[in-house]
Amino acid sequence: MRFTKDHEWVVLEGDVATIGITAHAAEQLGDVVFVETPEVGKTVKAGDAFAVVESVKAASDVYAPISGEVVEGNTILGDAPETVNADPENGGWFAKVKVSDPSQYDALMDRPAYEAFLETQ
Amino acid sequence: MPDTHEDHPPLKTTPLTEAHVALGARMVPFAGYSMPVQYPDGVMKEHLWTREHAGLFDVSHMGQARLTGVSPLSAFEEVVPGDYIGLKPGKQKYSVLLNRTGGIIDDLMAGRPTSPDGTCDDGLFVVVNGACKDNDFKVIDDELAGQVTIHRLEDRALMAIQGPEAAEVVQAHVPATADMVFMDIRSMPGFGTDIIVSRSGYTGEDGYEISVPAGEAVRVWNLLLEDERVKPIGLGARDSLRLEAGLPLYGHDLDETVSPVEAGLTFAINKNRREQRDFPGAARIVKELADGTARAKVCLKVLEGAPAREGAEVADANGVVVGVVTSGGYSPILKGGIALAFVPPELKAVGTQLKVIVRGKAQPAEVVASPFVPHRYVRKV
Repeated sequence: MRFTKDHEWVVLEGDVATIGITAHAAEQLGDVVFVETPEVGKTVKAGDAFAVVESVKAASDVYAPISGEVVEGNTILGDAPETVNADPENGGWFAKVKVSDPSQYDALMDRPAYEAFLETQ
Repeated sequence: MPDTHEDHPPLKTTPLTEAHVALGARMVPFAGYSMPVQYPDGVMKEHLWTREHAGLFDVSHMGQARLTGVSPLSAFEEVVPGDYIGLKPGKQKYSVLLNRTGGIIDDLMAGRPTSPDGTCDDGLFVVVNGACKDNDFKVIDDELAGQVTIHRLEDRALMAIQGPEAAEVVQAHVPATADMVFMDIRSMPGFGTDIIVSRSGYTGEDGYEISVPAGEAVRVWNLLLEDERVKPIGLGARDSLRLEAGLPLYGHDLDETVSPVEAGLTFAINKNRREQRDFPGAARIVKELADGTARAKVCLKVLEGAPAREGAEVADANGVVVGVVTSGGYSPILKGGIALAFVPPELKAVGTQLKVIVRGKAQPAEVVASPFVPHRYVRKV
Protein backbone atom coordinates (compact mmCIF):
# COMPACT_ATOMS: atom_id res chain seq x y z
CA MET A 1 0.00 0.00 0.00
CA ARG A 2 1.22 3.48 -0.90
CA PHE A 3 0.11 6.90 0.35
CA THR A 4 -0.16 10.55 -0.70
CA LYS A 5 0.29 13.76 1.24
CA ASP A 6 -3.44 14.34 0.68
CA HIS A 7 -4.13 11.19 2.71
CA GLU A 8 -5.22 8.81 -0.05
CA TRP A 9 -4.00 5.22 -0.19
CA VAL A 10 -3.42 3.01 -3.25
CA VAL A 11 -2.98 -0.72 -3.68
CA LEU A 12 -1.75 -1.85 -7.09
CA GLU A 13 -2.69 -5.34 -8.32
CA GLY A 14 -1.55 -5.93 -11.89
CA ASP A 15 -2.48 -2.70 -13.64
CA VAL A 16 -5.52 -1.95 -11.45
CA ALA A 17 -5.14 0.44 -8.52
CA THR A 18 -7.64 0.41 -5.65
CA ILE A 19 -7.88 3.85 -4.05
CA GLY A 20 -9.29 5.08 -0.75
CA ILE A 21 -8.65 7.56 2.05
CA THR A 22 -6.42 6.76 5.00
CA ALA A 23 -7.56 5.93 8.53
CA HIS A 24 -6.04 9.24 9.57
CA ALA A 25 -8.12 11.13 6.99
CA ALA A 26 -11.30 9.28 8.00
CA GLU A 27 -10.67 10.10 11.65
CA GLN A 28 -10.07 13.77 10.84
CA LEU A 29 -13.26 14.00 8.74
CA GLY A 30 -15.45 12.48 11.39
CA ASP A 31 -18.64 10.64 10.50
CA VAL A 32 -18.88 10.33 6.73
CA VAL A 33 -22.45 10.96 5.56
CA PHE A 34 -22.07 11.00 1.77
CA VAL A 35 -19.55 9.76 -0.80
CA GLU A 36 -19.48 10.56 -4.50
CA THR A 37 -17.35 8.06 -6.41
CA PRO A 38 -16.16 8.76 -9.99
CA GLU A 39 -18.07 7.42 -12.96
CA VAL A 40 -16.81 4.27 -14.60
CA GLY A 41 -14.96 5.09 -17.82
CA LYS A 42 -13.77 8.46 -16.62
CA THR A 43 -10.11 9.26 -17.29
CA VAL A 44 -8.33 10.79 -14.32
CA LYS A 45 -4.93 12.38 -13.94
CA ALA A 46 -2.83 12.06 -10.79
CA GLY A 47 -3.67 15.05 -8.59
CA ASP A 48 -7.18 15.58 -10.05
CA ALA A 49 -10.11 15.83 -7.66
CA PHE A 50 -11.93 12.61 -8.60
CA ALA A 51 -14.25 11.85 -5.70
CA VAL A 52 -15.95 13.71 -2.86
CA VAL A 53 -16.39 12.73 0.76
CA GLU A 54 -18.77 14.63 3.02
CA SER A 55 -19.12 14.88 6.78
CA VAL A 56 -21.94 16.68 8.63
CA LYS A 57 -19.81 19.81 8.48
CA ALA A 58 -18.22 19.91 5.03
CA ALA A 59 -17.51 18.39 1.63
CA SER A 60 -13.89 17.45 0.85
CA ASP A 61 -12.29 16.48 -2.44
CA VAL A 62 -10.44 13.20 -2.82
CA TYR A 63 -7.54 13.41 -5.27
CA ALA A 64 -6.49 10.67 -7.68
CA PRO A 65 -3.08 9.46 -6.51
CA ILE A 66 -2.40 7.91 -9.90
CA SER A 67 -3.50 8.46 -13.53
CA GLY A 68 -5.73 6.08 -15.46
CA GLU A 69 -9.28 5.08 -16.29
CA VAL A 70 -11.89 4.41 -13.64
CA VAL A 71 -13.08 0.82 -13.94
CA GLU A 72 -15.21 0.55 -10.79
CA GLY A 73 -16.67 2.72 -8.02
CA ASN A 74 -17.47 1.27 -4.59
CA THR A 75 -21.27 1.13 -4.79
CA ILE A 76 -21.53 0.05 -1.14
CA LEU A 77 -20.68 3.63 -0.14
CA GLY A 78 -23.91 4.92 -1.68
CA ASP A 79 -26.05 3.26 0.98
CA ALA A 80 -23.39 2.90 3.67
CA PRO A 81 -20.99 5.86 3.58
CA GLU A 82 -20.12 5.08 7.22
CA THR A 83 -18.03 2.16 5.86
CA VAL A 84 -15.34 4.81 5.22
CA ASN A 85 -15.05 5.32 9.00
CA ALA A 86 -15.50 1.67 9.92
CA ASP A 87 -13.01 0.22 7.45
CA PRO A 88 -11.17 3.06 5.71
CA GLU A 89 -8.20 1.16 4.33
CA ASN A 90 -10.10 -1.87 3.05
CA GLY A 91 -13.92 -2.10 2.64
CA GLY A 92 -14.18 1.70 2.47
CA TRP A 93 -12.27 1.94 -0.82
CA PHE A 94 -13.56 4.57 -3.27
CA ALA A 95 -12.63 3.45 -6.77
CA LYS A 96 -10.51 1.14 -8.91
CA VAL A 97 -8.44 2.70 -11.68
CA LYS A 98 -6.69 0.97 -14.60
CA VAL A 99 -3.38 2.76 -14.38
CA SER A 100 -1.63 4.27 -17.39
CA ASP A 101 1.77 4.73 -15.76
CA PRO A 102 2.62 2.22 -13.01
CA SER A 103 5.81 4.14 -12.18
CA GLN A 104 3.60 6.75 -10.48
CA TYR A 105 2.88 4.12 -7.85
CA ASP A 106 6.52 3.70 -6.95
CA ALA A 107 6.88 7.45 -6.49
CA LEU A 108 4.29 7.48 -3.67
CA MET A 109 5.12 7.11 0.04
CA ASP A 110 5.23 3.72 1.70
CA ARG A 111 3.65 3.36 5.14
CA PRO A 112 6.71 4.28 7.25
CA ALA A 113 7.19 7.37 5.07
CA TYR A 114 3.49 8.31 5.39
CA GLU A 115 3.57 7.83 9.15
CA ALA A 116 6.68 10.00 9.35
CA PHE A 117 4.84 12.58 7.21
CA LEU A 118 1.87 12.54 9.63
CA GLU A 119 4.28 13.26 12.50
CA THR A 120 5.22 16.51 10.77
CA GLN A 121 1.60 17.64 10.38
CA MET B 1 7.97 30.91 6.77
CA PRO B 2 6.04 32.12 9.81
CA ASP B 3 2.79 33.88 9.02
CA THR B 4 3.27 37.42 10.23
CA HIS B 5 0.73 38.98 7.88
CA GLU B 6 -1.03 41.93 9.46
CA ASP B 7 -4.43 40.63 8.37
CA HIS B 8 -4.11 37.80 10.87
CA PRO B 9 -3.99 39.23 14.37
CA PRO B 10 -3.57 36.61 17.11
CA LEU B 11 -6.80 34.83 17.93
CA LYS B 12 -8.61 35.89 21.06
CA THR B 13 -9.45 33.36 23.74
CA THR B 14 -12.51 32.93 25.91
CA PRO B 15 -12.35 32.20 29.64
CA LEU B 16 -13.01 28.56 28.64
CA THR B 17 -10.34 28.11 25.93
CA GLU B 18 -8.01 26.11 28.15
CA ALA B 19 -10.89 23.93 29.32
CA HIS B 20 -11.71 23.09 25.67
CA VAL B 21 -8.11 22.14 24.93
CA ALA B 22 -8.02 19.98 28.06
CA LEU B 23 -11.15 18.18 26.81
CA GLY B 24 -9.37 17.37 23.53
CA ALA B 25 -11.29 19.86 21.39
CA ARG B 26 -10.23 20.65 17.85
CA MET B 27 -9.81 24.42 17.94
CA VAL B 28 -10.49 26.63 14.90
CA PRO B 29 -10.57 30.37 14.26
CA PHE B 30 -14.12 31.72 14.51
CA ALA B 31 -15.19 35.36 14.85
CA GLY B 32 -11.61 36.24 15.76
CA TYR B 33 -11.52 33.68 18.57
CA SER B 34 -9.97 30.27 18.96
CA MET B 35 -13.11 28.14 19.41
CA PRO B 36 -13.87 24.42 19.71
CA VAL B 37 -15.38 23.13 16.45
CA GLN B 38 -15.70 19.64 17.92
CA TYR B 39 -14.59 17.47 20.82
CA PRO B 40 -13.29 13.90 20.41
CA ASP B 41 -16.85 12.51 20.01
CA GLY B 42 -17.25 14.42 16.74
CA VAL B 43 -20.07 16.49 15.23
CA MET B 44 -22.52 13.63 14.61
CA LYS B 45 -22.44 12.23 18.15
CA GLU B 46 -22.44 15.72 19.69
CA HIS B 47 -25.48 16.68 17.62
CA LEU B 48 -27.44 13.56 18.58
CA TRP B 49 -26.40 13.86 22.25
CA THR B 50 -27.85 17.37 22.36
CA ARG B 51 -31.15 16.19 20.84
CA GLU B 52 -31.35 13.30 23.35
CA HIS B 53 -29.71 14.61 26.53
CA ALA B 54 -27.96 17.93 27.25
CA GLY B 55 -25.20 19.70 25.33
CA LEU B 56 -23.01 22.42 26.83
CA PHE B 57 -21.75 25.19 24.51
CA ASP B 58 -19.22 27.97 25.07
CA VAL B 59 -20.63 31.05 23.36
CA SER B 60 -18.42 33.55 25.16
CA HIS B 61 -17.32 34.99 21.80
CA MET B 62 -20.75 36.59 21.53
CA GLY B 63 -21.08 40.22 22.54
CA GLN B 64 -22.82 40.90 25.86
CA ALA B 65 -23.71 44.44 26.90
CA ARG B 66 -26.00 46.44 29.11
CA LEU B 67 -27.72 49.46 27.62
CA THR B 68 -28.67 52.14 30.12
CA GLY B 69 -29.97 55.68 29.81
CA VAL B 70 -33.00 57.87 30.43
CA SER B 71 -35.31 55.59 28.44
CA PRO B 72 -33.19 52.87 26.83
CA LEU B 73 -36.19 50.81 25.70
CA SER B 74 -37.63 53.55 23.55
CA ALA B 75 -34.17 54.58 22.33
CA PHE B 76 -33.44 50.97 21.30
CA GLU B 77 -36.53 51.01 19.08
CA GLU B 78 -34.70 53.51 16.85
CA VAL B 79 -32.39 50.72 15.60
CA VAL B 80 -34.66 47.63 15.65
CA PRO B 81 -38.23 46.89 14.47
CA GLY B 82 -39.34 45.10 17.65
CA ASP B 83 -41.68 46.38 20.38
CA TYR B 84 -39.24 46.94 23.24
CA ILE B 85 -41.28 49.64 25.01
CA GLY B 86 -43.86 46.90 25.53
CA LEU B 87 -41.31 44.29 26.64
CA LYS B 88 -42.33 43.03 30.08
CA PRO B 89 -39.80 42.80 32.92
CA GLY B 90 -38.28 39.34 32.97
CA LYS B 91 -38.67 38.73 29.22
CA GLN B 92 -36.30 38.89 26.28
CA LYS B 93 -37.07 39.30 22.61
CA TYR B 94 -35.27 38.35 19.39
CA SER B 95 -34.70 41.20 16.96
CA VAL B 96 -32.55 42.51 14.14
CA LEU B 97 -30.34 45.58 14.02
CA LEU B 98 -31.30 47.38 10.79
CA ASN B 99 -29.42 49.68 8.44
CA ARG B 100 -31.15 52.62 6.80
CA THR B 101 -32.22 50.55 3.80
CA GLY B 102 -33.80 47.89 5.99
CA GLY B 103 -30.93 45.41 5.65
CA ILE B 104 -29.88 43.34 8.64
CA ILE B 105 -26.66 44.49 10.37
CA ASP B 106 -27.00 41.63 12.87
CA ASP B 107 -29.56 39.56 14.68
CA LEU B 108 -29.67 39.75 18.45
CA MET B 109 -31.44 39.02 21.70
CA ALA B 110 -32.34 41.84 24.09
CA GLY B 111 -34.05 41.41 27.43
CA ARG B 112 -34.95 42.86 30.80
CA PRO B 113 -33.56 40.53 33.49
CA THR B 114 -35.48 40.70 36.75
CA SER B 115 -33.83 40.45 40.18
CA PRO B 116 -34.94 37.78 42.70
CA ASP B 117 -37.35 40.28 44.28
CA GLY B 118 -39.06 40.60 40.90
CA THR B 119 -37.87 44.12 40.25
CA CYS B 120 -36.20 45.29 37.09
CA ASP B 121 -34.69 48.57 35.97
CA ASP B 122 -35.30 49.77 32.42
CA GLY B 123 -31.82 48.80 31.22
CA LEU B 124 -31.52 46.24 28.41
CA PHE B 125 -29.24 43.19 28.42
CA VAL B 126 -28.19 42.63 24.80
CA VAL B 127 -26.43 39.65 23.22
CA VAL B 128 -25.13 39.94 19.64
CA ASN B 129 -23.05 37.76 17.31
CA GLY B 130 -19.33 37.53 18.01
CA ALA B 131 -18.21 38.35 14.47
CA CYS B 132 -20.43 41.46 14.38
CA LYS B 133 -20.15 42.77 17.93
CA ASP B 134 -17.67 45.61 17.49
CA ASN B 135 -19.60 47.05 14.56
CA ASP B 136 -22.98 46.46 16.25
CA PHE B 137 -22.04 48.39 19.36
CA LYS B 138 -20.50 51.14 17.23
CA VAL B 139 -23.72 51.43 15.21
CA ILE B 140 -25.84 51.52 18.37
CA ASP B 141 -23.48 54.05 19.93
CA ASP B 142 -23.53 56.26 16.81
CA GLU B 143 -27.29 56.07 16.27
CA LEU B 144 -28.26 56.46 19.91
CA ALA B 145 -25.53 58.90 20.98
CA GLY B 146 -26.58 60.81 24.08
CA GLN B 147 -29.54 58.50 24.67
CA VAL B 148 -27.95 55.27 25.83
CA THR B 149 -24.66 54.23 27.36
CA ILE B 150 -23.29 50.86 26.26
CA HIS B 151 -21.60 48.88 29.00
CA ARG B 152 -19.86 46.00 27.27
CA LEU B 153 -19.67 43.02 29.60
CA GLU B 154 -16.32 41.69 28.42
CA ASP B 155 -15.61 40.37 31.89
CA ARG B 156 -18.41 37.82 31.53
CA ALA B 157 -18.47 34.39 29.87
CA LEU B 158 -21.60 33.00 28.21
CA MET B 159 -22.55 29.35 27.95
CA ALA B 160 -25.63 27.59 26.64
CA ILE B 161 -26.98 24.27 27.87
CA GLN B 162 -29.46 22.74 25.45
CA GLY B 163 -31.48 19.56 25.12
CA PRO B 164 -34.36 17.66 26.74
CA GLU B 165 -32.38 17.04 29.94
CA ALA B 166 -30.85 20.53 30.18
CA ALA B 167 -33.59 21.97 32.38
CA GLU B 168 -33.30 19.26 35.04
CA VAL B 169 -29.54 19.69 35.13
CA VAL B 170 -29.72 23.46 35.61
CA GLN B 171 -32.62 23.29 38.05
CA ALA B 172 -30.69 20.86 40.27
CA HIS B 173 -28.04 23.59 40.71
CA VAL B 174 -30.33 26.64 40.65
CA PRO B 175 -33.86 25.65 41.76
CA ALA B 176 -35.09 29.21 41.21
CA THR B 177 -34.86 28.71 37.43
CA ALA B 178 -37.54 26.00 37.48
CA ASP B 179 -40.50 28.33 36.98
CA MET B 180 -38.94 30.12 34.01
CA VAL B 181 -40.49 29.60 30.56
CA PHE B 182 -39.13 30.18 27.04
CA MET B 183 -37.64 33.67 26.67
CA ASP B 184 -37.75 34.46 30.41
CA ILE B 185 -34.60 36.18 31.65
CA ARG B 186 -33.41 36.78 35.20
CA SER B 187 -30.45 38.12 37.12
CA MET B 188 -29.91 36.03 40.24
CA PRO B 189 -27.43 34.22 42.45
CA GLY B 190 -26.62 30.79 41.05
CA PHE B 191 -23.72 28.32 40.84
CA GLY B 192 -22.14 30.20 43.76
CA THR B 193 -21.87 33.43 41.80
CA ASP B 194 -24.09 35.98 40.09
CA ILE B 195 -25.70 34.85 36.84
CA ILE B 196 -27.86 36.32 34.11
CA VAL B 197 -29.91 33.38 32.92
CA SER B 198 -32.50 33.06 30.15
CA ARG B 199 -34.54 30.06 29.06
CA SER B 200 -33.53 30.15 25.42
CA GLY B 201 -30.91 28.99 22.96
CA TYR B 202 -30.26 28.39 19.29
CA THR B 203 -30.76 24.66 18.81
CA GLY B 204 -34.57 24.38 18.85
CA GLU B 205 -34.32 22.51 22.15
CA ASP B 206 -35.35 23.58 25.64
CA GLY B 207 -32.44 24.93 27.65
CA TYR B 208 -30.80 27.91 29.23
CA GLU B 209 -28.19 30.49 28.33
CA ILE B 210 -26.10 31.48 31.33
CA SER B 211 -23.85 34.52 31.67
CA VAL B 212 -21.29 34.25 34.46
CA PRO B 213 -18.30 36.35 35.59
CA ALA B 214 -15.24 35.33 33.53
CA GLY B 215 -13.35 34.21 36.63
CA GLU B 216 -16.14 31.75 37.52
CA ALA B 217 -16.58 30.30 34.03
CA VAL B 218 -14.30 27.27 34.28
CA ARG B 219 -15.76 26.29 37.65
CA VAL B 220 -19.37 26.53 36.41
CA TRP B 221 -18.49 24.75 33.13
CA ASN B 222 -16.86 21.86 35.00
CA LEU B 223 -19.70 21.72 37.52
CA LEU B 224 -22.20 21.27 34.67
CA LEU B 225 -19.99 18.65 32.97
CA GLU B 226 -19.89 16.61 36.20
CA ASP B 227 -23.47 15.63 35.42
CA GLU B 228 -23.36 12.55 33.20
CA ARG B 229 -26.28 13.88 31.14
CA VAL B 230 -24.09 16.77 29.95
CA LYS B 231 -21.41 16.71 27.23
CA PRO B 232 -19.47 19.59 25.68
CA ILE B 233 -20.60 20.45 22.15
CA GLY B 234 -18.59 22.33 19.52
CA LEU B 235 -19.47 24.88 16.86
CA GLY B 236 -19.86 22.14 14.23
CA ALA B 237 -22.89 20.63 15.96
CA ARG B 238 -24.13 24.08 17.00
CA ASP B 239 -24.42 24.83 13.28
CA SER B 240 -26.15 21.58 12.30
CA LEU B 241 -28.54 21.93 15.28
CA ARG B 242 -29.56 25.49 14.40
CA LEU B 243 -30.01 24.48 10.75
CA GLU B 244 -32.40 21.64 11.70
CA ALA B 245 -34.24 24.17 13.87
CA GLY B 246 -34.62 26.40 10.77
CA LEU B 247 -32.81 29.27 12.48
CA PRO B 248 -30.79 31.70 10.33
CA LEU B 249 -27.07 32.29 10.77
CA TYR B 250 -25.74 35.81 10.33
CA GLY B 251 -23.20 36.16 7.50
CA HIS B 252 -24.80 33.24 5.68
CA ASP B 253 -28.61 33.50 5.71
CA LEU B 254 -28.65 37.13 6.79
CA ASP B 255 -26.55 40.10 5.70
CA GLU B 256 -26.83 43.84 5.10
CA THR B 257 -28.76 43.33 1.83
CA VAL B 258 -31.37 41.01 3.35
CA SER B 259 -34.46 42.51 4.95
CA PRO B 260 -36.25 40.76 7.81
CA VAL B 261 -39.25 40.23 5.49
CA GLU B 262 -37.09 38.43 2.90
CA ALA B 263 -35.46 36.44 5.69
CA GLY B 264 -38.82 35.18 6.94
CA LEU B 265 -38.41 37.09 10.21
CA THR B 266 -41.62 39.12 9.99
CA PHE B 267 -42.53 37.94 13.51
CA ALA B 268 -39.74 40.24 14.71
CA ILE B 269 -41.48 43.30 13.22
CA ASN B 270 -44.18 44.08 15.77
CA LYS B 271 -47.59 45.35 14.69
CA ASN B 272 -47.37 48.70 16.46
CA ARG B 273 -43.97 49.32 14.90
CA ARG B 274 -45.33 48.55 11.41
CA GLU B 275 -47.97 51.21 11.98
CA GLN B 276 -45.50 53.70 13.41
CA ARG B 277 -42.97 53.09 10.59
CA ASP B 278 -40.27 54.56 12.81
CA PHE B 279 -37.40 52.08 12.43
CA PRO B 280 -34.49 52.15 9.93
CA GLY B 281 -35.55 51.07 6.45
CA ALA B 282 -39.24 51.22 7.41
CA ALA B 283 -40.25 52.43 3.94
CA ARG B 284 -38.82 49.30 2.28
CA ILE B 285 -39.97 46.91 4.98
CA VAL B 286 -43.56 48.19 5.16
CA LYS B 287 -43.75 48.05 1.35
CA GLU B 288 -42.42 44.47 1.35
CA LEU B 289 -44.99 43.48 3.98
CA ALA B 290 -47.76 44.86 1.75
CA ASP B 291 -46.53 43.96 -1.74
CA GLY B 292 -44.21 41.03 -1.14
CA THR B 293 -40.51 40.57 -1.86
CA ALA B 294 -38.46 39.54 -4.88
CA ARG B 295 -37.01 36.57 -2.99
CA ALA B 296 -38.28 34.40 -0.18
CA LYS B 297 -36.46 32.24 2.35
CA VAL B 298 -37.49 28.58 2.22
CA CYS B 299 -36.52 25.34 3.90
CA LEU B 300 -35.43 22.69 1.40
CA LYS B 301 -35.13 18.98 1.93
CA VAL B 302 -32.76 17.33 -0.55
CA LEU B 303 -34.59 14.19 -1.68
CA GLU B 304 -31.67 12.46 -3.36
CA GLY B 305 -27.91 12.91 -3.62
CA ALA B 306 -25.34 14.99 -1.82
CA PRO B 307 -26.13 17.65 0.78
CA ALA B 308 -26.51 21.08 -0.85
CA ARG B 309 -24.28 23.56 0.93
CA GLU B 310 -23.96 27.35 0.98
CA GLY B 311 -23.69 28.77 -2.55
CA ALA B 312 -25.35 25.83 -4.33
CA GLU B 313 -27.76 27.00 -7.03
CA VAL B 314 -31.48 26.22 -6.82
CA ALA B 315 -33.38 25.51 -10.04
CA ASP B 316 -37.07 25.17 -10.82
CA ALA B 317 -38.61 21.95 -12.15
CA ASN B 318 -37.46 22.92 -15.68
CA GLY B 319 -33.87 23.29 -14.59
CA VAL B 320 -33.81 27.10 -14.77
CA VAL B 321 -31.67 28.55 -11.97
CA VAL B 322 -33.94 30.64 -9.73
CA GLY B 323 -32.23 30.81 -6.36
CA VAL B 324 -29.36 29.96 -4.07
CA VAL B 325 -28.69 27.99 -0.91
CA THR B 326 -27.67 30.34 1.92
CA SER B 327 -26.78 27.56 4.34
CA GLY B 328 -27.08 23.85 4.06
CA GLY B 329 -25.70 20.59 5.27
CA TYR B 330 -26.51 17.13 6.51
CA SER B 331 -29.24 16.59 9.06
CA PRO B 332 -28.31 13.84 11.53
CA ILE B 333 -32.00 13.57 12.55
CA LEU B 334 -33.52 13.46 9.04
CA LYS B 335 -30.46 11.59 7.70
CA GLY B 336 -30.24 13.68 4.56
CA GLY B 337 -29.47 17.07 3.13
CA ILE B 338 -31.33 20.14 4.38
CA ALA B 339 -30.87 23.76 3.42
CA LEU B 340 -32.12 27.31 3.79
CA ALA B 341 -32.42 28.97 0.38
CA PHE B 342 -33.68 32.05 -1.41
CA VAL B 343 -36.21 31.38 -4.18
CA PRO B 344 -38.78 33.52 -6.02
CA PRO B 345 -41.90 33.89 -3.81
CA GLU B 346 -44.06 31.97 -6.30
CA LEU B 347 -41.94 28.89 -5.52
CA LYS B 348 -42.05 29.14 -1.73
CA ALA B 349 -45.14 27.00 -1.05
CA VAL B 350 -44.56 23.85 0.99
CA GLY B 351 -44.48 20.87 -1.37
CA THR B 352 -42.95 22.78 -4.32
CA GLN B 353 -40.55 20.52 -6.22
CA LEU B 354 -37.19 22.14 -7.00
CA LYS B 355 -33.64 21.11 -7.86
CA VAL B 356 -30.40 21.86 -6.07
CA ILE B 357 -27.29 21.89 -8.24
CA VAL B 358 -24.40 20.15 -6.48
CA ARG B 359 -21.13 19.79 -8.40
CA GLY B 360 -23.01 20.18 -11.68
CA LYS B 361 -25.71 17.63 -10.89
CA ALA B 362 -29.36 18.65 -10.54
CA GLN B 363 -30.76 16.79 -7.55
CA PRO B 364 -34.44 16.77 -6.53
CA ALA B 365 -35.40 18.87 -3.53
CA GLU B 366 -38.69 19.88 -1.96
CA VAL B 367 -39.84 22.95 -0.06
CA VAL B 368 -40.78 21.82 3.46
CA ALA B 369 -42.21 23.62 6.49
CA SER B 370 -39.88 25.27 8.97
CA PRO B 371 -38.44 23.98 11.25
CA PHE B 372 -37.02 20.73 9.87
CA VAL B 373 -37.01 19.27 13.38
CA PRO B 374 -39.77 20.42 15.77
CA HIS B 375 -38.86 23.01 18.40
CA ARG B 376 -39.24 21.84 21.99
CA TYR B 377 -39.35 25.17 23.78
CA VAL B 378 -41.06 25.09 27.18
CA ARG B 379 -43.77 27.74 27.13
CA LYS B 380 -45.63 26.62 30.25
CA VAL B 381 -44.42 25.13 33.54
